[in-house]
Amino acid sequence: MNAIYDFSILTGGIHEWLSGLMSPTAVMITEMVIIGTLLIVFVALMGLVLVLAERKVAAFFQLRLGPNRVGPWGSLQTLADFLKLLTKELITTKSADKFLYNLAPFIVMLTPFLALGVIPFAPGLQIMDMNIGVFFITAVSSMGVLGILIGGWASNNKYSLIGGMRSAAMVVSYELSVTLAIMTMVIMTESLSLSEIVASQSDGWWIIKGHIPALIAFLLYLTASTAETNRGPFDLAEAESELTAGFHTEYGGIKFAFFFLSEFVNMLVVASIATILFFGGWMPFHLPFEWAVGFNHIMDFIPGIVWGFGKVTFVIFLMMWFRWTFPRLRIDQILNLEWKYLLPMNLVNFLLMALIALSGFYL
Amino acid sequence: MSTIIAYFKGIGQGLNTLWTGMKVTGYYFFHARKEIITMQYPDNRDTLKIPERFRGRVVMLHDQNNEHACNGCTMCEMACPNGSIKIITDKILNPETGKVVRIIDKHIYHFSMCTLCNLCVQACPSNALAMDNSYENSVYDRSELTFVLNQPGSKIRDNVKD
Amino acid sequence: MQAELISKDGTQEYFVNMGPQHPSTHGVLRLVLTLDGEIIQRVEPHIGYVHRSIEKMAEFDTYKQIIHLTDRMDYLSAHMNNEAVALLVENALQIEVSDRVKVIRTIMSELTRLASHQLWWGVMGMDMGAITTFLYAFRDREMINDIMEETTGARLTMNYNTPGGVMFDLHPSFQKQVKEFIKIFKTKLPEYDELLSGNIIFTERTKGIGKLSLADAISFGVTGPSGRASGFACDVRKTNPYSAYDRVNFNEILLVEGDAYARYKARIFEMWESISIIDQLIDNIPEGAIMAPMKAIVKLPKGEFYQRVETARGELGVFVVSDGNKTPYRVKFRSPGFSNLSVLDHISRGHKIADLVAIMSTLDLVIPDIDR
Repeated sequence: MNAIYDFSILTGGIHEWLSGLMSPTAVMITEMVIIGTLLIVFVALMGLVLVLAERKVAAFFQLRLGPNRVGPWGSLQTLADFLKLLTKELITTKSADKFLYNLAPFIVMLTPFLALGVIPFAPGLQIMDMNIGVFFITAVSSMGVLGILIGGWASNNKYSLIGGMRSAAMVVSYELSVTLAIMTMVIMTESLSLSEIVASQSDGWWIIKGHIPALIAFLLYLTASTAETNRGPFDLAEAESELTAGFHTEYGGIKFAFFFLSEFVNMLVVASIATILFFGGWMPFHLPFEWAVGFNHIMDFIPGIVWGFGKVTFVIFLMMWFRWTFPRLRIDQILNLEWKYLLPMNLVNFLLMALIALSGFYL
Repeated sequence: MSTIIAYFKGIGQGLNTLWTGMKVTGYYFFHARKEIITMQYPDNRDTLKIPERFRGRVVMLHDQNNEHACNGCTMCEMACPNGSIKIITDKILNPETGKVVRIIDKHIYHFSMCTLCNLCVQACPSNALAMDNSYENSVYDRSELTFVLNQPGSKIRDNVKD
Repeated sequence: MQAELISKDGTQEYFVNMGPQHPSTHGVLRLVLTLDGEIIQRVEPHIGYVHRSIEKMAEFDTYKQIIHLTDRMDYLSAHMNNEAVALLVENALQIEVSDRVKVIRTIMSELTRLASHQLWWGVMGMDMGAITTFLYAFRDREMINDIMEETTGARLTMNYNTPGGVMFDLHPSFQKQVKEFIKIFKTKLPEYDELLSGNIIFTERTKGIGKLSLADAISFGVTGPSGRASGFACDVRKTNPYSAYDRVNFNEILLVEGDAYARYKARIFEMWESISIIDQLIDNIPEGAIMAPMKAIVKLPKGEFYQRVETARGELGVFVVSDGNKTPYRVKFRSPGFSNLSVLDHISRGHKIADLVAIMSTLDLVIPDIDR
């Protein structure tokens, strides 16, 4: 591993400086507060950027210009929208279950926060390096559906209820595929820690090293995770043309903004995991050959954070491309797709990958 | 075995159709600059081309002497399907010929009721009315949509027959 | 009431109000759905939210004035609606319009049909969740609207026909523009197939959905592309040719499946047919008067008159009872949308909510056409 731009120098420096000032407990608390604040800022910023990106990308797909009135190229449009949503009156439906109704947006918003906690964005830029990072993310990311289900139920609206139920049925099924696709890659990486997974790809990304099973796993993961984020052709929890807005029909103001933002932050999380598993996270593009040492060295000069976010952007763009091209599936077709296609393929792919790993037939 | 082949064939064909669609949208995404179809409306007012036949609203044509061709025959009023036109006529004594002639006092046009059907323009025997190309017609009060089509101080052209 | 709602397995049916404000009811149609889970048990359309009593208003208008009202029924086939009334008056007074008028009307009708089908295609895609199609359809429709605006002075409610002819002569650049549009649209129409028709998600969602048998299509009076997708040969352009339709070669699109996909395909095929009709006519528009000599005040003879035309949605019938005055005694429009809507309950039972949206899209409803 030959990362030049290592954030651990910076973070380690801050840690040492703080340790020189106060007791270990105080250092821990201070660091937590700093990290929490940074995370909130990061999520809010990424939310704004991603919403704008989606609107711009959608516009270009649709032969439009997209937002171009607020700020240069409409760059402040989402900020303006966010401020508008922030200042709106919070209305609770009269017959809604008040507690659950108000709780749902927070649950939805909480899960991407938790997941972001273990994702390494650049060398040293990781909040917590858990040794079960992959397991933690799969466990946490399935919690988001709770918020959608609760929101759909507590709104006391039939459209919302149908939307919530659809989402629940969908996420429960697609969790399997997501996890299996991840597990397929874990066979190769031989570790559940995300930073070690990234490190294992220093001589080439898994999508290149892992042969066809890795490619299939990537496609499966991309499909299943798009479904898990309730996006693209799988957005039938919202299903604008069927259920008006599905589970968030009754939400307004900042509560709606939470639902809206969580979709985009979830997308970021999902794309980050895809990047880490298949494209080596922040790892520069390396070739696993003897003669490619010079090439690999040149690649190292591009900072890891650029690689990381570049690849995340690519995966997010793919997901946006899906969303703005395909019609929506029906609920039974979605479940068919999972149980009749994705899951069997995933299982076979899993076995294939295991065979490859056993035979040592990988680079 | 054949079912298995059919299964994979189905997947392959399905993915192919999806890719076909993505190629179309992808093409437009990467050629967005060339293919944009929307207009930046208030900004392009100067370059906006309105066809000369576009029916904006009814106007009465006045020449440079502030004269129009309306003799108040009320054909337009009768032709109007929704009563948007009301003509108030006046009778004056022509001092030269000594005859009492009919002139218009006010040609009132309720734009708020108009459906821009062009029937009044067609009905007018002396071509006094026309459709103009205005297109920004919103106002703050409904009363502002009632126009008097003959300009103040205008009078009927001489050669218009009664 | 409560007892009959409870089904065998102890679950309850429930009602969902779809509309009048709903993104996919295409206006202010209210559907009361009786659902068992997501399965539709009954669909009860409630109409009348945009009722403007056009038929009654027509009783107080002269025949020239009625035409502009018909613009506002099925606003996407405004030209065909106009033509229906104009043809009725001409037939009743036995006025022979010039060939030029006939050809102009036919070209305009087909352009309007194309515009209507383009809009339908975009909205269909949007109902199915592919929002991008909407903008692509509008891109192509815009060209037709510009042509219309140039010649008729309006983009949607043209009011171009008048008893005895058309209001204005064609714009000098009309032929050039239409040819250019046809040339461009011939390259864009395959895109429609690539984006939706072939798409596996789309075909899966529409094939076998909302099957309408030929017998049902006839008994419900489902006309237009929706009826022809069930094999009902109901194209008025073929059965009772009017204007210049007897001098052009075109195929009546007849499909047998009768499902949502067939209805979709019927419209796509019809676009090709419309293009071919325009292609045949655009190069040889005969010279002639654009207006047959008419009396200033049109009075129909005493009696009953009926005229039908093929709009983009099906057969539009205009029935006029005249007592010899300058206004009709009674006007009745047989709007295609109303009959097509009546079949909705029949073909959507047992399907899911998502299918209902697809079925409704393929019926191509325009609500002001239903309510009038």
